[in-house]
Amino acid sequence: MRTIYLDNNATTQIADEVREAMMPFLTDLWGNPSSMHTFGGQVKKYVEIAREQVAALIGANDPQEITFTSCGSESNNLAIRGGAEAMDKPPHIITSKVEHAAVSGPCHYLEDRGFRLTKLDVDEKGRLDLDVLRREVKTGKTLTSIMWANNETGVIFPVGLIGEIVHEFGGIFHADAVQAVGKIPMKVSELPIDLLSLSGHKIHAPKGIGALYIRRGTQVKPLILGGHQERGRRAGTENVPYIVGLGVACNLAKKNMEEENTRVKALRDRLEKGILETCSGSHVNGDLTCRLPNTTNISFDYIEGEAILLMLDDRGICASTGSACASGSLEPSHVLRAMHVAGVSVHGSIRFSLSKYNTEEDVDAVLTELPKVVKRLRELSPFVA
Amino acid sequence: MWDYTEKVTEHFKNPRNVGKIEDADGVGEVGSLACGDALKLMFKLDAEGRIKEAKFQTFGCASAIASSSALTEMIIGKTLEEAEQITNQDIADYLGGLPNQKVHCSVMGREALEAAIYNYRTGKKLDKTLEGEVICHCFGVTDKAIEKILRENDIHTVEELTNACKAGGGCGNCLPELKKIVDRYLKKTAAPEGKAPMTTLQKIHLIEDVIDREIRPALRQDGGDLELIDVDGDTVKVRFCGACSGCIISEVTLKDVVEARLKENVSEDIRVEEVR
Repeated sequence: MRTIYLDNNATTQIADEVREAMMPFLTDLWGNPSSMHTFGGQVKKYVEIAREQVAALIGANDPQEITFTSCGSESNNLAIRGGAEAMDKPPHIITSKVEHAAVSGPCHYLEDRGFRLTKLDVDEKGRLDLDVLRREVKTGKTLTSIMWANNETGVIFPVGLIGEIVHEFGGIFHADAVQAVGKIPMKVSELPIDLLSLSGHKIHAPKGIGALYIRRGTQVKPLILGGHQERGRRAGTENVPYIVGLGVACNLAKKNMEEENTRVKALRDRLEKGILETCSGSHVNGDLTCRLPNTTNISFDYIEGEAILLMLDDRGICASTGSACASGSLEPSHVLRAMHVAGVSVHGSIRFSLSKYNTEEDVDAVLTELPKVVKRLRELSPFVA
Repeated sequence: MWDYTEKVTEHFKNPRNVGKIEDADGVGEVGSLACGDALKLMFKLDAEGRIKEAKFQTFGCASAIASSSALTEMIIGKTLEEAEQITNQDIADYLGGLPNQKVHCSVMGREALEAAIYNYRTGKKLDKTLEGEVICHCFGVTDKAIEKILRENDIHTVEELTNACKAGGGCGNCLPELKKIVDRYLKKTAAPEGKAPMTTLQKIHLIEDVIDREIRPALRQDGGDLELIDVDGDTVKVRFCGACSGCIISEVTLKDVVEARLKENVSEDIRVEEVR
């Protein structure tokens, strides 16, 4: 059975170009970039090339503003914990109710240690109220952390406007851009963003590599101590093969940005339209006007997400769900709950997230199989006459 | 990815006995859309009082659907008295086990069966939230329901309790209360073995206590009541009052409510007799 992979917001296929670029560093070029000898030292320039490639994708002025980390979660932890602890006075931490756990986790960690934490509501389309943000930001120096795009719904937040408000009152702004990088164009040097997280495996690099953009002048206290690497911001011998892989992945993403926003978007739109037409009682969650080009989150009334997912899985289709049952928690996705998605549909949400590797055939397969799955589960449901 | 057994997967993909019975003898409905799972169970009896047909409709995950399907297979051919003996653990065992976080799916099955039998016997809908005090407001779980779960499952932590009946899995406000309930239960059941048998006086006090806490509130909902007349060894004599006296199903109430609760809480040997 062919695997139809539509779960690219969870992780992506490693690009051939990325794997090939990494191979020399897993075979011959295994030296330590900090070494004084030529054998080790020659590796350093590849780390710096990768740094330039990452900087180029996000539009940073200076590659030295990029710090390599082990993953997006580490980047978020470094930005929030490291950022807050480096400020001269403990800041008021502001975030939203729809953040990834890698952001809400460190925010709660700080709250437990006496920092004031405010989590902003979103509306039914998953949007922030900027007036409320302004009211909170006004109260003193803040570290505000808001995602650039939501992983479940793809809703894009107005990070430019958010950053302006935060800066107006002297705060620091961190954008978790793990889902946005590589999918939408960005020029961070021209935006009021101080810290920005990204992750390799969301853009066709392997798992185990991420980066944090730290704007020149922004102070961050390191989480990992004991070495001069990454200019003292992140100790530990550089993960050279993966850093090289991330660099190449960024380079590819920059080249493919146009395709992401035309061909991939068209596939997503056809998939979404087809599902809404063939499955009654289905609705898209989130703000349709301001959304990542690859993501759609659809709720199916009166049926449950894990059951849909497993029936799709049985047909070779990989997607994900915000259903409680699938995660092992008893409450459905915090994102859909924050958006007050109706009780009949909050448990039946499915996220399809595409990439450049998806084809028209993949969309056709879902449009053939999904209506059968929905029909079958509705037959089982006591809530459908 | 859940580690479902082959049997769970098989029952999920090919559920048995899906649908409705138009002239069902008993119908039990538990759960809700808001809770994320719900089960409607229907059965029909044959002339000898055995379940000849059982059907279900389920809104829920793979293990909820598999548990419902398994339940219908398990009860067909059984008398209601036999079916009543099925615990959630039996449903899980039938499926070769359920992941810890999915134990509540088997509990939903057992509760639907209980509700369907209650519906057959009384013609009424069983409303669990009326029985006892609601502890978990997110999922409407009462102290009575929790006690039953604790009795039927080998539970040692609040987390295990949450897995079994969802209590505490929402906002988490009731977690301290749940911890108290679990600790109290563990303390009660961990009493040293070979302890001295109860004195007659202790037994009478315990019987009175169980009647006050567990039996009377249930009867009073229907306008009934009962009076403890005498305790003679393991024989407990009671008199029904109010709506219970003269009620056509007082015999059922006597065995299924009064005697069952006293057996659970006092001694397996208890027999209850009605004094008219």
